[in-house]
Parts: sequence; structure tokens; C-alpha cells
Amino acid sequence: MLKYIGKRLVLAILTLWVVITVTFFLMHAIPGNPFAKEGTMPQGVYENLQRYYNLDKPLHVQYVMYLKALMRLDFGPSLKSSVITVNDYIKNGFPVSLHLGLQALAIALTFGLILGVIAALNHNKWPDYVSMIVAIVGISVPSFILATVLINFVAVEWKLLPVATWKTWKHTVLPSISLAMMPTAYIARLMRSSMLEVLGQDYIKTAKAKGLSQSVIVIKHAIRNAILPVVTVMGIVTANLVTGSFVIERIFGIPGMGEMFVKGIFNRDYPVILGSAVFYSGILIFLIFIVDISYSFIDPRIKLTGGGK
Amino acid sequence: MKKRLLASLLGAVMLLSVGMTGCGQKATENTGTAQQTAEQTAATPKILRLNNQSEPGSLHPGKAQGTHDSWLIEHVMEGLTKKSPEGKVVEGMATAWTVSEDGTVYTFTLRDGVKWSNGDPMVAKDFEIAWKYLLNPKTASEYAYQCYYLANGEAFNASTETDDAKLKELEDAVGVKALDEKTLEVRLEAPTPYFLELLSFYTYYPVNHKVQEANPDWANDASTYVSNGPFIFTEWKHKESMKIVKNEEYYDKDKVKLNEIHFAMIEDENTAWQMYRNDELDMAYPLPQDVTAQLSAQKDPEFVIGAELATYFYRFNTTKKPFNNVNVRRALSMTIDRKTIVESVAQGGQTPAYTLTPYGIADVSGDFTQNTGELFKYDPTEAQKLLAQGLQEEGMDKMPNFVILYNTSEGHKKIAEAIQEMWRKDLGIQVTLENVEFQIKLDREDKLDFEVARSGWVGDYVDPMTFLDMFESTSQQNDTGWVNAEYDALIRAAKANLDLASRSQQLHDAEKILMSEMPIAPIYFYTAPYTLKPYVKDSYKPINRYTQFQYADIVK
Repeated sequence: MLKYIGKRLVLAILTLWVVITVTFFLMHAIPGNPFAKEGTMPQGVYENLQRYYNLDKPLHVQYVMYLKALMRLDFGPSLKSSVITVNDYIKNGFPVSLHLGLQALAIALTFGLILGVIAALNHNKWPDYVSMIVAIVGISVPSFILATVLINFVAVEWKLLPVATWKTWKHTVLPSISLAMMPTAYIARLMRSSMLEVLGQDYIKTAKAKGLSQSVIVIKHAIRNAILPVVTVMGIVTANLVTGSFVIERIFGIPGMGEMFVKGIFNRDYPVILGSAVFYSGILIFLIFIVDISYSFIDPRIKLTGGGK
Repeated sequence: MKKRLLASLLGAVMLLSVGMTGCGQKATENTGTAQQTAEQTAATPKILRLNNQSEPGSLHPGKAQGTHDSWLIEHVMEGLTKKSPEGKVVEGMATAWTVSEDGTVYTFTLRDGVKWSNGDPMVAKDFEIAWKYLLNPKTASEYAYQCYYLANGEAFNASTETDDAKLKELEDAVGVKALDEKTLEVRLEAPTPYFLELLSFYTYYPVNHKVQEANPDWANDASTYVSNGPFIFTEWKHKESMKIVKNEEYYDKDKVKLNEIHFAMIEDENTAWQMYRNDELDMAYPLPQDVTAQLSAQKDPEFVIGAELATYFYRFNTTKKPFNNVNVRRALSMTIDRKTIVESVAQGGQTPAYTLTPYGIADVSGDFTQNTGELFKYDPTEAQKLLAQGLQEEGMDKMPNFVILYNTSEGHKKIAEAIQEMWRKDLGIQVTLENVEFQIKLDREDKLDFEVARSGWVGDYVDPMTFLDMFESTSQQNDTGWVNAEYDALIRAAKANLDLASRSQQLHDAEKILMSEMPIAPIYFYTAPYTLKPYVKDSYKPINRYTQFQYADIVK
């Protein structure tokens, strides 16, 4: 186990390094620059800014400088703010996105699994159809439409909840639902197909033949096996949810970190682009690791070893 | 059996969710009640709720660089002059000034008894230090060029000097000097007829020099923020909200009626509009386009079309055939039905543009663009003749297909489609549309890698020069490849001209050349449509700023 963890750690650092390097050179290769505006600024001002942010140095020097700063966990300044650094962006934004993401994840897991299991147990009957219609709607309706509809009716017309901003728990309800819609549908569909497959297995028939109760069969034998594919995707789903959604955070005026990913690129804010890439990769690598470990608990047949599996 | 399973599953889920919300509630309940009590006690004070849209990049007057930064600064700071609600330049921190005969030396006398919000008296040095800080190349201020009007300002700012002593020499040469505590002498690089107007702009605001020297990062936090205007900055929750409260030490405090202004940071226009409808905001700006169209059609009493100092136009690449031909350019421009675009496509109360300089800039007498008049007409028949003539001159028998380049946006796309159709219908031209990301568009304009490109310009200051000097052949903003010696001469002459009447004539002449040569086709003048609750009184919208609430009141 320890050997396995050690090996994964080395791999993780290597992956991060590749991500940093590729992102670094790619983002400098795309046209545009952080200080571009409609109407060019005087050369003197432009050069001052380049010097101030060390953008006048050769690319490989900037690259080494960045790596050195990163060793100290310093993600650098944002080129668009003289107040907030990239570290602040993450420090202020991540807890908010995490809070929102975990709430959405709880909703998605709860309803996704229930819908999936109900659908599978009632294969080709009306509960199945209803669940899958809900799932298809969930996948095909973009979150910003759902968010806009929720705001219009729940907040403005019926006055049940506030429209936007991030203050009390009431403010978190609509964004959590909007954010959870898509993963709920995804998990439901995945759980349904996986559950159907497991229910057709011989050992389920054996269990039935042995006279086990339906609930024991479903919970102990069916769900435990059927949940593995869902666990596999949970790493990516969770990483996406907890690092914030640009669209949802923008619509609800939530001070999360979702905007980093989009605005960084739009503004050519190099440290923000790199910071968000590194942070996201880090979270993703960590979660995938957790998922791999959790396999061995759910399915004892899976053994974690340092060597080839 | 199945039912039992369902019931137990549901039960488990309910337990789980109760547990979770329970935890969530505990953590948030406190803040919830704290806020409620805060709201109850604050029921009497007059609190205005605005939306700043996004997080300011800086609230230091020397580093601020846009409306998201400046809106708050304008309410907490004041410069030597300020703009009255009628748009006139009036006394601010300066109560009197004299101008030398050649128009390059200004001497200001500062207002007596003005105090900074930390109790320090305001002195002339506060201006000197502020402007020198702004111009210092090490500050790397994006708006430093706003102070290039000062003598030796550009020389200091553009210097690459690394030797501190030599840099200090350049700094000392900059044309701003505190003669004594209450007298400020300003020397300009060249006479600038709109200099007093510029002084009301936030880049020229003072900073408390003692605070600036002790803690250069004073503007990064509300607790260390020191200001001299009608309000004081008290709270900054990053990417969430900002709060300013009335400054009881402000010299004109009797006229300030609001107790507090709260700025939200809602980027989504639709959300802000819904918050306005839900009485969570007192003003919504900018509005979603469909809402603007709807409110405008209904003549909604809360709907205001604010003035704006900005023009939407198309650039022609005059280095590419056949756009090098003036008749071709004129033909294309004259086939654009600007009235239809404004009324049926853009739908934001914009004004059709037949000049580059928008309305709202004072001339020697009257309005500059009113005096210019419309310099060309929508005339497809005449345009067809011009196009035929132009193509013949270029030895072409048919207008080749070409591309309109614009930065990705639903609004720009609709306008491009409308123009595409107008050119197809009236001139029989096939046009393709190409949308690229904003940065790519800027890059391609810079390299003259386009045929026709969508563009826009917001005036830096309220004078036709901010529009017209873009198309000097040496200007970096030209981006059309257009060169006209006569035009250059007029702009150069106007820049050095002290006589307002003949300067105005030179600018009018330049505008006429621009509109007969047509390296650009102006389309419309922007407006700033917004909604404001009827109980908010006495706000005003300067042409180049957001709506100002220094003297506003709430009467419910």
C-alpha cells in the first residue's frame, strides 16, 4: 500500500510538471497579450507593464522563474489586479466553490443514485421511463437555462428565495440545484445501466434461489457491484463541481473560483491561466487517487500493488 | 418488498439530507440573524444599492483603469476640478486658478480646511506626489499616459533608466510642483484647451502623500483607504461587495443626502436586472438587450437612456484592393441603413452616426457634432454609381467577395448580418462573416490582416480630439493603413492651437476629410440605457462616466 502511494505521488508530480510546461508554452504561443485594448496604449506604458511583470524576459527565463516561485507555492500576481494575487483568487474562491460544489454533489449523488436504482428495478415500466425522461432533460437542458428559469420563477415571481449573491444558506439553494442537474442525470443513467447489467448476473439469481430478501439482494449484492462505474467517474465529476462553474457563479454572482478558468484565458492573464491549470490538475489527481483507493474497499477483489496490477 | 426497499432508501436519504442541511444551517444561521438585525437597524438610513459588475482591479487613483475601478473612486475622492450635474467644470479641491498667457502654466489655489479621512490636512504636495507616482515607470500604471500632458511627463514615464539618481532627475523635471501648502503649479507639455476638464478625471485625483509614502498598498484594503471626497470607503469583500458611507468631514457635506452606498458585483446582466425587479438593487446597468428593447418600446418610466461618449464603426483596410479606393469605401458606407440598424437590430436607443465624433461635446458655441451636421447620407442609388466608378478605377469588373471581421458577441453578429444583407441587396456583394476572440481581432487589426473589421471607441476625455487623432497616420490606433497629409497637418495644428475658434475650425475640417475619405464607416453612437428606481432623486450621468450619486437622495 505504502509503495503504491509513493509511486502515485511521483507520478502525480510528473503529471503536474507536464501540465505546467505544456500550459506555459501553449498560452504564450496564442496571439494577444494581457494589456491589449481597443486602441493601443503608448509604447512607454506598455514597456513599463512588461518590465513590471517580467514579461520582457526571454520565455525560458520566465519559465524557470515561475517554477521557482511555484516551489514556494507562490502562483504570482494577477495581471488584471494590483490587489488580488492568484493565491488570493484560490484562497478566497476555492472555499466558496467547494461549499457550492459539495452541496451540488450531495444532491447529484442522492437523486442520481435513487433515480438510477428505481429505473433499473422497474426496467421498462413507468418509473423507469419517468426517471430516464428526467435524466434526459437534465442532460440536455444547459445549466444556465435552468438557472435563469429558477431565478425568474422561484426568486422573482414567487419570492421564495433571493435572486443572487452569496450570503445566507438561502442564497445557496438555487445555484446548488442548477449545478447539480447535469451530474444528477449523468449518475442516474450510469447507475441504471450498470445496475441492469448486475441484476442479470448469475450470482443475483443464486442469491434469489437461496431465498434472500429483495432488499438484501439489492443493497448487499446489486448496488455494491453496480456502483463501481459511478465511483470511477466520481473523481472527475467531483473535481469539476468543487472547482466552480463559471456559468453558475456568474449568473448567481457567487465569488467562487470558476471565473479564473475562463477570464484568465480571455484576458491572457498568464499567472491566472497557469494557476488555475495547476490547481485543477492537482485536485483532479488527488481525487482520482482517492477513487482508486476506494475501489479496494468497495470491491475486495481489487488489490492495490506497487507493481503492475 | 419493493415498496419496503424504496421506503428504506428514501428514509436513508431523508436522514442524510436532514443531517446535512442541519450542519449547513448551524454554520450559516448566525450570519443570517446578524444580517437581519443589521438590516433592521439600518432601516432608517438612506442606503443606495448599486451594481459595480466586477471586482475592481485597483482602487488607487493612479492604478485604476476602467469604470469598474473608477465608479467607487469617483464617490470617495475629488480632484482639483469636478463636473457639475450640468456638465460644467467647477471648483473641486481647487477654489481658484490662473493660466499663463501661452496656456502652459496653471497655478491652483487649494480649498481651505480640507481634511483627509484620517484627519491629515490636504496639501498641494498630495497632488504632486500622486501624479509623480502615477508617472513613475516602476509603478507601471496603465493610465499613466493620461498625465502625458504634464511637461516631461512622458519622458519620465517612458524612461528605461535603471539608475535611481538619474530617474530622480527625470521625476523632478515633471511639470507639477507644490509651491507651498496651498499652491500648486502645473506646467504642461503643450497648451491643452481641455486640461481643466481632464483634472476632473480620476487619474488626476490626489493621494495623501504621508500615507502613500508610509504604505504604498494603502488602497488595497478598506481599513487603510484614505480619501477626501463625499464618501468614505469602509468595506471590501472581494468579488462580493463594497460599501461606502457618508464623509462627515466633507466640505460640502450638507448637500450629501445618502448615508451609504452599497456596490454589488454581479457580472450577469440578466441577474442584475432580476435583482432590480426583485428590489434587491436600485439601479440596473447595463441592461440585457431584449430588456432594453422591451422597456424602450413600453416607454417605461424607470427607463433612462444615458448619454455616452462612444462610437461604433467599421474599419476598412485601405492597403487592400479595392478598399484602397475612396469611392468603393464611400459606396459601402452609404449602403448601411443606420436608422434600421439602430431601431430594429441594436435596439438600445443608439443614435445613427454620420460622423466619427459623437454628440455631447461642447463647441465654441453649441454642440460640436450638431455644428458639423451629417456629413453623408444613406443613399443606395448614389452608392451603386460610386461602386461602379470605383471598381472601374481599380480595373476590376466586379466587387470580390470579402470578409467582415468582428469579435465574438451576439450583438456584433446581428449588426454584421444586417450589413451583410444590406450590401447584398443594394450592391449585389457577397460578404462572409468571421468572428474571432477579442484579443485575436485586436491582433489582426494591428497587423492589417482583415478587409472590414468591426470596432468601437470610447472617448478618453470630452473633446473631439480623442476621436479624431486616432486616424493620424502616426497613430497606433489608426489600424486602417490610411494616410492623409492634410488630415495630419490639421490635427497637428489643432493640438498646438490656443485659439479656441480656429482650433474648432481645424477639427471640423479634419472631420470632413475623414468622412469624405471614409477609411472608417461610423455606424452608431453608443448610449447607456439603464433603469433607476423612481425614489432615487438627483443623480446625473456625465457623458464619459457612470451615473453619479454624490448629491443623490432617496425619497420613499
